[in-house]
Amino acid sequence: MSEEKKAPLRTPKGPMGPHAMGIGKPKNTKLVIKRLLGRLKDSRLKLFFVMILMLIGSISMLTGSYFLKPLINNYILPGDFAGLAKGLIILACIYLIGSAAIYLQSRIMVKVAQKTVNSLRKDVFEHMQSLSLRYFDSHTHGELMSRYTNDMDNVQMALEQSLVQLFSSALTFIGVIVMMIVLSPLLFVVTAVIIALMLFLSSTIGKRSRTYFQKQQKEIGNLNGYIEEMVEGLKEVKVFTHEQQANQGFYKINDQFFHAASNANFFAGIIMPIMVNLNNICFALSAVFGGILVIKGSFDIGSLAAFLQYSRQVGHPINQISMQLNNVFAAMAGAERIFELLDEEPEIDEGRVTLVTVVQHGDDSLEIAPAGQHTGHWAWKKGEELIPLRGDVRFHNVTFAYDGINPVLKNVSLFAKPGQKIAFVGSTGAGKTTITNLINRFYDIQEGEITYDGINVREIKKDDLRQSLGMVLQDTHLFTGTVMENIRYGRLDATDEECIEAAHQASADSFISRLPQGYDTVITGDGANLSQGQRQLLAIARSYVADPPVMILDEATSSIDTRTERLIEKGMNALMEDRTVFVIAHRLSTVRNANAILVLENGQIIERGDHADLLEQKGRYWQLYTGQHQLD
Amino acid sequence: MLKKLSVFLGKYKKLLVWIPFLMAVDVICELLIPFLMSKIVDIGIPGQDIRYILRIGILMVGLACVAILLGCINMKLSAVASQGFAANLRRSLFEKIQDFSFSNIDKFSTASLVTRLTNDVNQLQFTALMGMRIFIRAPLMLVCSLVLAISINARLSIILIVAIPILGLAVWLIMRKAEKLFSFMQTRLDALNSSVQGNLVAIRVVKAFVRQVYEKTKFKKSNDELMQAAIHAANTVIFIMPIMLLIINFATISIIWVGGKMVGAGSMGTGELISFLSYIMLILINLMMVSFVFLLAARAKACGQRVLEVLETKNDIYDLTANQETAKQGKIEFCHVDFKYAAGTGDYVLKDISFTANPGEMIALVGGTGTGKTTLVNLIPRLYEATNGQVKIDDRDVRDYTLEALRHSIGMVLQKNVLFSGTIRENLLWGNENATQKQIEKATKVAQAHEFILSFPKGYDTQLEQGGVNLSGGQRQRLCIARALLKEPSILILDDSTSAVDTATELLIRRAFREYFPDTTIIIIAQRISSVREADKILVLDSGQLVGCGTHQQLLENNEVYREINSSQQEGVVA
Repeated sequence: MSEEKKAPLRTPKGPMGPHAMGIGKPKNTKLVIKRLLGRLKDSRLKLFFVMILMLIGSISMLTGSYFLKPLINNYILPGDFAGLAKGLIILACIYLIGSAAIYLQSRIMVKVAQKTVNSLRKDVFEHMQSLSLRYFDSHTHGELMSRYTNDMDNVQMALEQSLVQLFSSALTFIGVIVMMIVLSPLLFVVTAVIIALMLFLSSTIGKRSRTYFQKQQKEIGNLNGYIEEMVEGLKEVKVFTHEQQANQGFYKINDQFFHAASNANFFAGIIMPIMVNLNNICFALSAVFGGILVIKGSFDIGSLAAFLQYSRQVGHPINQISMQLNNVFAAMAGAERIFELLDEEPEIDEGRVTLVTVVQHGDDSLEIAPAGQHTGHWAWKKGEELIPLRGDVRFHNVTFAYDGINPVLKNVSLFAKPGQKIAFVGSTGAGKTTITNLINRFYDIQEGEITYDGINVREIKKDDLRQSLGMVLQDTHLFTGTVMENIRYGRLDATDEECIEAAHQASADSFISRLPQGYDTVITGDGANLSQGQRQLLAIARSYVADPPVMILDEATSSIDTRTERLIEKGMNALMEDRTVFVIAHRLSTVRNANAILVLENGQIIERGDHADLLEQKGRYWQLYTGQHQLD
Repeated sequence: MLKKLSVFLGKYKKLLVWIPFLMAVDVICELLIPFLMSKIVDIGIPGQDIRYILRIGILMVGLACVAILLGCINMKLSAVASQGFAANLRRSLFEKIQDFSFSNIDKFSTASLVTRLTNDVNQLQFTALMGMRIFIRAPLMLVCSLVLAISINARLSIILIVAIPILGLAVWLIMRKAEKLFSFMQTRLDALNSSVQGNLVAIRVVKAFVRQVYEKTKFKKSNDELMQAAIHAANTVIFIMPIMLLIINFATISIIWVGGKMVGAGSMGTGELISFLSYIMLILINLMMVSFVFLLAARAKACGQRVLEVLETKNDIYDLTANQETAKQGKIEFCHVDFKYAAGTGDYVLKDISFTANPGEMIALVGGTGTGKTTLVNLIPRLYEATNGQVKIDDRDVRDYTLEALRHSIGMVLQKNVLFSGTIRENLLWGNENATQKQIEKATKVAQAHEFILSFPKGYDTQLEQGGVNLSGGQRQRLCIARALLKEPSILILDDSTSAVDTATELLIRRAFREYFPDTTIIIIAQRISSVREADKILVLDSGQLVGCGTHQQLLENNEVYREINSSQQEGVVA
């Protein structure tokens, strides 16, 4: 199998990337600029320095062109070569200073831009860690990822290149105009019409081009979405011989993209020839009228030469401004989206009770253990009070709805005494997974109370609460890294021996040893190179290493054959001492040994008892277990 | 490689003929302008000939207008041609990928295929566009400017001839180094983004294990490393502008010095000097553009190779016959079938499998994880091909059917339940495009899906988001079963397809199968004994070999492996 990791989808970038990438303009330009400037506050001095360098650079370039006038008039025509030499040396110095300024300015901007983007990325990532699960449920991964990829890229490019280019082009443009006026106001007036036309066309075409880019972006989204779906679902396509239809669908979208993209390319492209040649017309007019003025005697050739040089330099800055404006707009739109993310409310946590390691003395009194010591005993610290952690979880009349309106759990009450194995059974959608989402406060309940060792879970700090709970979830997720690292995720300071022992207990050791590099085998892409069953075994091993007082198993072993599951059960039994375990499974064989079985239906507990009790009742459990729907 | 890719220009090839021609005219127009200007200064002014100046002026303006027109046409042609090229390329790639067999897909991985279809094609298109615009124009400009410069004054041109290679070399070297640094930065960037994505996908795990601080530290490290790489790369590139300016400026100074002397000596006109200076700018800028295109081409080469790799892969499962007859009865036979994934390497995943399934029977496959059950059923619709031995359906080798006819007769529900964006109805119709509502409902009723579909406000017209995320696992499975049933297949394969469905519902589904599809041969892979107990035949697999075949009772008596599986699911009630 190919080892390629999935690189997030992006369009070509680099030193010669195509023009504006982002989608449209920001909604509130002023606000975005203000915030961006806020982020640049630390680099204020550097930016100031950069502006000075930009000025130096532009002035030196402009002066260079102006120099032609005295060079020609004062030295070349009269034939003063000593003077020419001196003049040229001065010119050389001016050019050197200009080049150095440009180099320095770029170097500083690169650092500023990269540091800004670096800190933006960091802030976004850290903020993301604090957001509630509800946010992740309501936003697609694609959307969030595009903050990191497209939007960050645009901001970076804008800061690094576009802004500077924009300003220096503006400076150059103004400078050129000023110089032209200084040299000959009359000539300038003649060319002013053309220059105005250039400005007008550049802005109109620029706007048009931006519209088409937005269209192109939209079509890219459609195209990429379709391709991803069809290629990911390729096996389905084959099994249903759907190839023809899939192709037909593609042709349509491909065509749409073709039209949008060619228009976008076209409009972006024609600015150049139009600007360059309008510039040439400018040049022509200057030459003609300038020539006439010289003949009339009111103008000299040196000035004409300088003027002509300047008139050649009008078009380029206009071009640059138009190009970079697109980039800057896209960047601002991206920055706006990034700021929106940063403004999202983080997960609320009013809990004050924390989890501490304690030392248990002979007389059953507790004392907080010194830092770094592992005693295997824990307690809740409520103010000054220490309440031993035992794993007593109770639900008191809990009602909960994901959307706040349609309750998924209705008036549910249950209790788990420390060390008990509680099983939840019921049909899909009955509310089993929901219960586990509530114990560790992934979501908060609307009515009722959940207590943990007698403390309302709302009062416990979320991180500490979750640390005391071990979870093996329905969708197993692994991280890119070695098998050992993934197991160690359960407890970061676990030794290699402890991890391997955990793998033994989870019966994962046998398949791990058969992997190409054993425990050092690298897992990629959320465990794509392992089978479903192997991933679950790893997830179980990970939880083992965490060694939590309460374990929640959510359909953990449904993709593992019952033979392997029995082996795991052996290990799990040993670990279940002094631990409260909640098991949710469809497999009734998993549930056979539970202390108490709670049967859920439509968000309510309809039966409870142990296996033998419930079979006797011949109720829902009995139906589910024996696979009979009606009493025969 | 260029030749292979240029095939995709297709009908746009004609446009390519026009482009160089138009560009040539455009270049000439543009180059004439400084030349004409020199005439004004050197002839018109000294000669005090206003009319001459006006005539030349009009000519210049006219040429500029022509150049605008041609430039716009060129842009249109190059935009259409390059996008057309990309569209054709994409089309061929997509069709090719649709044609791929499972083993072809395994070789590439879906993520890489998607990248090739999107990013790589885009890069090629961009290169083609820039290539068409710059690669023809720039060298032409370069050569013509040089020629003109030489014709104005050969001696002065020597300076240019010296400056050109220096600039070219400098830019080329810098860009090459930058290129390496940029692609290094790119890998760091992709790694960072991949890890962010992984974090997103596994956010529940991060929260459950309270690893936020750990993740933040990890992120900071990658983020900082990325910044270093990016600064390093950018710092190399920023040399280009100043160096270019320096070279241009020094060429200018030298030309003014030497040219100035010539003007003083009378061997050159002032106008010529001024126009010479214009040519420098033109030459050196175009030189830079040529280097850029070379660099683009280097990057595009990698993309081109990846694209061609896909296009040149031979599809290893294709129609070997034109016989379009389908399989009506559904008798399956495996005769000494061996299978391994990659020819020549690795172990055999299946060894010497032989069994028969008669039409209408229900066959169950049981065995531990990774024993080869899915592999076995994949051989039936020829999603993979047996390495040795024969798979026969209705007494015909599966290779003796066209793929369409074969798969038409087989309904399959895979382990991973994939639904597509669209309505429930549209998804179901994948089984049979022309199914009537009645037929659809028959299938969904058997699959026990009809009720929950109707429980949605829009029923069958409910829109499914991104692969069915608004449905529960069990609902997705049942929809996939209904989809397969809609085919009314002679053979139905269920690969662990009821794992998310509770036992009671599963029983209903099986009962409905028996009632409404009594003639369909059903093959079930399942973990639960309760699912397989009623099967006509149970096949027990262990390490790729068939270690047991018989009914539930027979296997309980004779087969140890089966007994072990069964005892782990002991029923409370002893039969």
